[in-house]
Amino acid sequence: MTQTYALWSNDLVYAAIAVLTLALLCLAAEASFGVRSAAGRRAEELVPVGVVADAPADQVSRPGTPDLDEAASTGSGRAERLGRIGISLTVLATLLLGLAVLTRGMAAERAPWGNMYEFAVTGSFLAGTGWLLLHRRYPALRVTALWLVGILLTTLGLAVVLLYVPAGPLLPALRSYWLVIHVLAAMISAAVFTVAMATSALQIVRDRAEQRGVADRGYVRTMPSAARLDALAYRVTAFGFPVWTFAIVAGAIWAGQSWGRAWGWDPKEVWSLVTWLAYAAYLHARTTAGWQGRKASLLALVAYATLLFNFFGVNVFFVGEHSYGGL
Amino acid sequence: MTSPAQAPPIGAAGMARWAWRQLTSMRVALLLLLLLAVGAVPGSMLPQRGADPAAVTGYFRAHPASAPWLDRLGLFDVYAAPWFAAIYLLLFVSLVGCILPRTRRHWAAVRARPPAAPRRLDRLPASAVGASADPAVEVAEAAASLLRRGRYRVERRERPGVLEVAAERGHWRETGNLLFHLSLVVVLVAVAVGSLWGYRATVLLTPGRGFANSVIQYDSVDAGSLFDPSGLPPFTLRLDRFTMRFVQSGPQTGTPDAFVADVTVRDSPAARPRPARIEVNSPLRVDGTLVHVLNPGYAAHITVRDERGTVVFSDAVPFLPRDKNFTSSGVVKVPLPGSNAHGDIGIEGLLLPTAVLDERGPRSVSPDPLDPALFLTAYRGDLGLDGGDPQSVFRLDTSGMVQERVGGQPFRAALGLGESTRLPSGGSVTFDRLTTWVNLQVSRPVAQGWALGGVVAAVAGLILSMFVRRRRLWVRVLAEEPGRTVVQVGGLDRSPGGDLSTEVEAVLREIAGPAVREPAPARTAPAESAGSESTVSEAP
Ligand code: HEM
Repeated sequence: MTQTYALWSNDLVYAAIAVLTLALLCLAAEASFGVRSAAGRRAEELVPVGVVADAPADQVSRPGTPDLDEAASTGSGRAERLGRIGISLTVLATLLLGLAVLTRGMAAERAPWGNMYEFAVTGSFLAGTGWLLLHRRYPALRVTALWLVGILLTTLGLAVVLLYVPAGPLLPALRSYWLVIHVLAAMISAAVFTVAMATSALQIVRDRAEQRGVADRGYVRTMPSAARLDALAYRVTAFGFPVWTFAIVAGAIWAGQSWGRAWGWDPKEVWSLVTWLAYAAYLHARTTAGWQGRKASLLALVAYATLLFNFFGVNVFFVGEHSYGGL
Repeated sequence: MTSPAQAPPIGAAGMARWAWRQLTSMRVALLLLLLLAVGAVPGSMLPQRGADPAAVTGYFRAHPASAPWLDRLGLFDVYAAPWFAAIYLLLFVSLVGCILPRTRRHWAAVRARPPAAPRRLDRLPASAVGASADPAVEVAEAAASLLRRGRYRVERRERPGVLEVAAERGHWRETGNLLFHLSLVVVLVAVAVGSLWGYRATVLLTPGRGFANSVIQYDSVDAGSLFDPSGLPPFTLRLDRFTMRFVQSGPQTGTPDAFVADVTVRDSPAARPRPARIEVNSPLRVDGTLVHVLNPGYAAHITVRDERGTVVFSDAVPFLPRDKNFTSSGVVKVPLPGSNAHGDIGIEGLLLPTAVLDERGPRSVSPDPLDPALFLTAYRGDLGLDGGDPQSVFRLDTSGMVQERVGGQPFRAALGLGESTRLPSGGSVTFDRLTTWVNLQVSRPVAQGWALGGVVAAVAGLILSMFVRRRRLWVRVLAEEPGRTVVQVGGLDRSPGGDLSTEVEAVLREIAGPAVREPAPARTAPAESAGSESTVSEAP
């Protein structure tokens, strides 16, 4: 029976990859229709427009921007439809991934995050879910959809091609409910940081465009303002940071139980501290004169790079007590 | 925050004050955080003495030119290096120097009354204007009670013809932030105390062996400089049985499934012995001391006889595993009296739980003991045990010895269970049986409760400081004429990325009905990109 579940899980991952590919195509097409696609406008409509109840929300008809009128009637309508399909497909793919995680857990008869393949699949599911939830709360995140789907596809592709291991039990050192908590927290925060990373990256792009005075052209125009993206990236990171902190603490407790030392400067531990310090630096930078905006966003990207390195690089390059991730 | 561009003032006291202000500035805190992050990295790239001294020796051998330089920089012991300590101590000082004045300021702010309304509410990031038919006093009363229900602290002020309600909430944000930073101090101090007074030691045991809890009985000790060895709880522990189980089928065949140590503990010399069990994730706790299963291996019970057939050695010898299938290497050191013509006996061997010999040499193909074998060669001469230098129990110092030979070839033998071989120089070696060994870690955590408490408080403070929003709201009520009261509402969200517009609008709607007049736009933005500019706001 467990064998059947394992096969289902694999098939579901493939199905999710297929659906995500379609979603990526839709979202890319939406973006390439370029001019004022759904992304920017939806954000506007869904959200209370300040206090100005009767402000001219319909900027489309504002004189002096004829291209927008045109766009509204042709490209934009199609783009919006494609965008909606893209998001629906992303929801579907996330559901498929959820089922893949579930069946994988049933196949292995444990929480399905015990090796790198499982981190990648479960992490992708959490990133998809996290993005959808955060997007409901902060509609301006819509502009990151394309990038998020791209990241999920890359991760899943790598998981299937490079990281795959069949379902099975865990090393005795990994059998602890602290593992379940520690790794779950780490994956949730990584998922949230991924959404924040996409936002910070777009912040940099948008900020450069604004500074050069070309923010009203092409793809950049569909993005919220740099200030807004900056604030968004902060809110999302601010959600991920306490979870990451908790993940490190849970890891230390587990290490204390399992190896008799809470902290041993193992490469995995070192890099999670480095990531933590880098995000703390980012949070500080946002309130430090001379470090705000693009510079802070750059720090956030560096912090995310250390996170990725910790999840993938450390398992590959270093030997440590954590090096049982399945590679 | 001082700007570093500011020229340092003259005079020692001025200099000191300037340096202090620099150190406790946000910018320096930020740089120190980054510096600490960067400084921690080399310790994950290079072998570290604390974790793996043998790897450091190996690195020295592989890179004879660069290794001494790296060593001078402390890069083989990064986390104990003076420069690393300098970074975190500076950060620590900066942290304390930053928290104290902020706590003082926050204390004052918490007790202060909400500040008076600015003259022009429409200049605030969020504002709205409405009108009501109710008398001004009632409108102001309604505003005050609405805001109180919204857990604002409310202050009412009055001028002729104008009623004002000032409201403020979200001091928990700064409280949380201070709690977080303060808890970091607690955690750091607890960790420092733990590493000064705590210790970790290892003891390798084969079944039937035990130890009394004192420093001389440990194989290795890693203790803080203030560790007091005389205060150890006087328990004894004997290993009765150590069991290794491996996955028997499926894709993960051969991976460890369970390591179980059954032991007998005596809490004090006078106490009755009691049985206990130690597993990988469940240590044994005796009187504040923790005993963990660290790493296991196979041992060979070996008997060595000399030329006359006298038993000169008979014991379980631990072999160090080199791969997942427990291909293990080890040595037997048999010092013989100086009268012996050939000198001491040294045996070097490979212990294989499931032996295979092919073109790749002898190795084990399963971690389970399906077909154990001991491959060995022997040396005679001086083991070098009298030199006084501590020796590894897994390595033979052959510098004073010669390898035994048969017909010009080095002597080799492969023994199955119970088999014996004669040494060319006389004497014999018998592989009596296969058994196991386990490395136990004995440690006494110090101040761990404080560290844990600090960490929990830090996370709590962090959550407060991230999610509580600090906001101020003002309502100004002007009695314009009987039956017409003008209501202005303005708000300021002082947390990053905050926007109060929806709340301002809601307050106005509640006390006066929807906005009647459009206030001047709070922020101006070019119309083309307005779609994504200031008018877009997130739900609070
Ligand atoms: C171990 C060193 C430190 C760590 C890990 C750390 C971490 C953090 C974190 C995670 C935050 C974000 C919380 C929030 O946004 O509310 C923060 C905020 C803050 N930290 Fe630190 N910090 C450290 C040292 C310092 C020092 C030395 C200072 C003083 C110069 C300082 C001043 C501040 C201030 C003023 C904020 C509030 C920023 C805001 O309003 O958002 N921190 N810190």
